[in-house]
Amino acid sequence: MAQQMTGAEMVIQALIDQDVEHIFGYPGGAVLPIYDAIFQQDKVEHILVRHEQGATHMAEGYARSTGKCGVVLVTSGPGATNAVTGLADALLDSIPMVCITGQVPTPLIGSDAFQECDTVGITRNCTKHNYLVKSVEDLPRILHEAFYVATSGRPGPVVIDIPKDVQFALGSYMKPNNGSHPTYKPQMEGELEAIKMAVDMMLKAEKPVFYTGGGVVNSGPEASKELRELADLTGYPVTSTLMGLGAFPASSDQWLGMLGMHGTYEANMAMHDCDLMICVGARFDDRITGRLDGFSPNSKKIHIDIDPSSINKNIVVDLPIIGDCGLVLEEMVRIWRSRTNEPRTEAIAPWWKQINEWRDVKSLAYEKSDKVIKPQYAIERLFELTKERDVYITTEVGQHQMWAAQHFHFNEPNRWMTSGGLGTMGYGLPAAVGVQTAHRDALVIDIAGEASVQMTMQEMSTAVQYGLPIKVFILNNEYMGMVRQWQELLHGGRYSNSYSESLPDFVKMAEAFGAHGIICEDPAELDDKIMEMIDSDKPVIFDCRVTKEENCLPMIPSGKAHHEMILPDTADIGNIIDEKGKVLV
Amino acid sequence: MFKPSWDLERNQLVERHTLTVLVDNEPGVLARVVGLFSARGFNIESLTVSETEHDRHRSRITIVTTATPKVLAQIKLQLERLVPVHRVHDLTAEGNALERELALIKVSGKGENRVETLRLAEAFRANVVDASIESFVFEITGRPNKVEQFITLMQPLGLVEVVRTGLTAISRGKEGM
Ligand SMILES: Cc1cc2nc3c(=O)[nH]c(=O)nc-3n(C[C@H](O)[C@H](O)[C@H](O)COP(=O)(O)OP(=O)(O)OC[C@H]3O[C@@H](n4cnc5c(N)ncnc54)[C@H](O)[C@@H]3O)c2cc1C
Ligand SMILES: Cc1ncc(C[n+]2csc(CCOP(=O)(O)OP(=O)(O)O)c2C)c(N)n1
Ligand SMILES: [Mg+2]
Repeated sequence: MAQQMTGAEMVIQALIDQDVEHIFGYPGGAVLPIYDAIFQQDKVEHILVRHEQGATHMAEGYARSTGKCGVVLVTSGPGATNAVTGLADALLDSIPMVCITGQVPTPLIGSDAFQECDTVGITRNCTKHNYLVKSVEDLPRILHEAFYVATSGRPGPVVIDIPKDVQFALGSYMKPNNGSHPTYKPQMEGELEAIKMAVDMMLKAEKPVFYTGGGVVNSGPEASKELRELADLTGYPVTSTLMGLGAFPASSDQWLGMLGMHGTYEANMAMHDCDLMICVGARFDDRITGRLDGFSPNSKKIHIDIDPSSINKNIVVDLPIIGDCGLVLEEMVRIWRSRTNEPRTEAIAPWWKQINEWRDVKSLAYEKSDKVIKPQYAIERLFELTKERDVYITTEVGQHQMWAAQHFHFNEPNRWMTSGGLGTMGYGLPAAVGVQTAHRDALVIDIAGEASVQMTMQEMSTAVQYGLPIKVFILNNEYMGMVRQWQELLHGGRYSNSYSESLPDFVKMAEAFGAHGIICEDPAELDDKIMEMIDSDKPVIFDCRVTKEENCLPMIPSGKAHHEMILPDTADIGNIIDEKGKVLV
Repeated sequence: MFKPSWDLERNQLVERHTLTVLVDNEPGVLARVVGLFSARGFNIESLTVSETEHDRHRSRITIVTTATPKVLAQIKLQLERLVPVHRVHDLTAEGNALERELALIKVSGKGENRVETLRLAEAFRANVVDASIESFVFEITGRPNKVEQFITLMQPLGLVEVVRTGLTAISRGKEGM
């Protein structure tokens, strides 16, 4: 029999039934009944944040590192608008999230009531779906449906806007159903004929490359296993987008490194010159393709994606396969095995020879120094000193993010949390709090920039409150380095408003929060100080002073194609981009 | 001049297509559809919507859009991705659909013009739904270019104002959507 309870109690009951253990939130008038229900139970732990944007990024970090749905609870009006950035971020990066917002009571909707805003209107285009719950009778169905929509198919954020009178109203609660929906039906299995055709194409390829992306991580650990298996069977090279790092082990000989704007020379040249591109859960983003008409001109392209609208959106492909990439890869492995049991080593030997020549260019090389800490060096040391540990990395946005992607190496999925699509500065610190909430004993490091980290710094207080010993490792170049680099590229080195003026004393700041602060300026001391950071059982802010005007290379400049990369030995980057490239971002 | 990446399709000509969309008539569904078009820079030439199955709360939305074939394919896929959308059919691509539009047209005039107005209305099978000494309101149904033509003819005869429903369309034959 259906249980009678209030709307607020239904919210908590639904969270419990959806196996939610943690939610990130901030109270206010329009969600007080839900907070009261939280108070009266101990199954769902509530993490009190310092700003609602922080809650959304925590939920993203939590989701990405566990594969579960991240859950956020905020009040109406400013609570909801503060959450918008994180919703947009989760939409672009396909992160499963349910965000519950309070709303003014139904009779007041539309009257410009206190702390009223049109939450479903504002969030319509930055969520996968959203709901305004007008009656408590609809609430249980909507709560469960929201989790289903957020986590199935191509994951994304879902908002449930619940007016306060609905939270107080009594109604009958329903348990989740088996997870199906009358109109929303993601296609999971790939079409067998298409998969067979794909294997046929793969068996004939002479210059193949796997171009993998965030979809492999979205699909779950099985997909990574299948990808490894298929790479093993075929012997083909693998590259990945920023979002897919870790799905394929960086320690493998077949790994080419990341591709795209700041990807390696070998990955981008392999994409440009290949005769068969096998795209697995990636979306031909503009950071990847560069100039569209120069993108991999002579290849056949296979695209495996769960979202039909990703197909032919930017690049027209020869063979689309709609479905979950984990299931499709599994089928591919099976069919490949039924055709041959040897990797095509000989057939693709010339291709590997070519790739190794590209590797010899050493596109990630940088000038070493024993006087100042080079940012690349700092990441290298951080990697070396933590690689034996259970480590999770989050980042902010900028040069440091790209250096982290290039010089920190991932061998497992769900270990790398970054804001790729929206590129949200301020993502990394709260994301680290979210990751640490799920993995209490792990080493969780936010690789940060001094500018980004100030956007959500207040969440240090959350970390301290809940004893979450996150490590904020700031590559402090005293610049919004990525902006400065583009100003050098495009605007004659006129560094308009990109200098990080009046920086706080990060060590004192750490102490003020009740965390531990470390500063390092000397490369000779770096290892010891990194160890000090790792060994601390507190949250740490590490102010790592690095070269100020270092450029992040290699780089495909805007408006150029893959084979037109700027390599590290380019002296003057100021004269490369033409008028056409300048308007691109 | 700067050419955006969509310029890749410079060899594709834009086409006008009629899409019919079956949706759950839940609050905000129209805003979702229209918001998708504006957010992604797609065109809407006309839009009609009404609940068509009351017991199941389903509506049919008819959208006329112009786009290149590649963008048309995107529009359809993006619409199908919306949670309350059941199905999307491209009636133009499927071919030979019935397309109709209704317009109410107010014309004022005296003497010779008035006679001429009525004569043309008869030829176009437009009905008089309101009349005064100096004006008529006509109701005309038909394909958009017929409506268009009638309006053009009314222009010199004292056209005052026009309201149009926008196109609505259905496929021929026994199959439903
Ligand atoms: C400063 C900056 C610089 C950047 N530079 C680079 C760069 O050099 N290189 C780079 O790669 N990125 C870069 N990015 C990130 C870039 O903007 C994009 O976010 C990223 O490239 C997109 O990754 P993706 O294609 O893997 O797609 P995602 O955004 O991860 O999308 C996943 C795709 O997989 C599909 N999918 C989801 N689940 C499944 C499933 N279960 N089965 C099958 N398919 C699924 C989705 O439909 C979607 O098409 C940069 C970002 C910033 C902020
Ligand atoms: C919220 C937000 N505002 C602005 C930008 C544009 N932006 C991209 S990188 C960057 C500079 C980041 O500086 P910092 O955090 O110091 O990193 P660095 O590039 O120096 O490593 C800016 C302003 C952004 N990505 N996000
Ligand atoms: Mg900086």
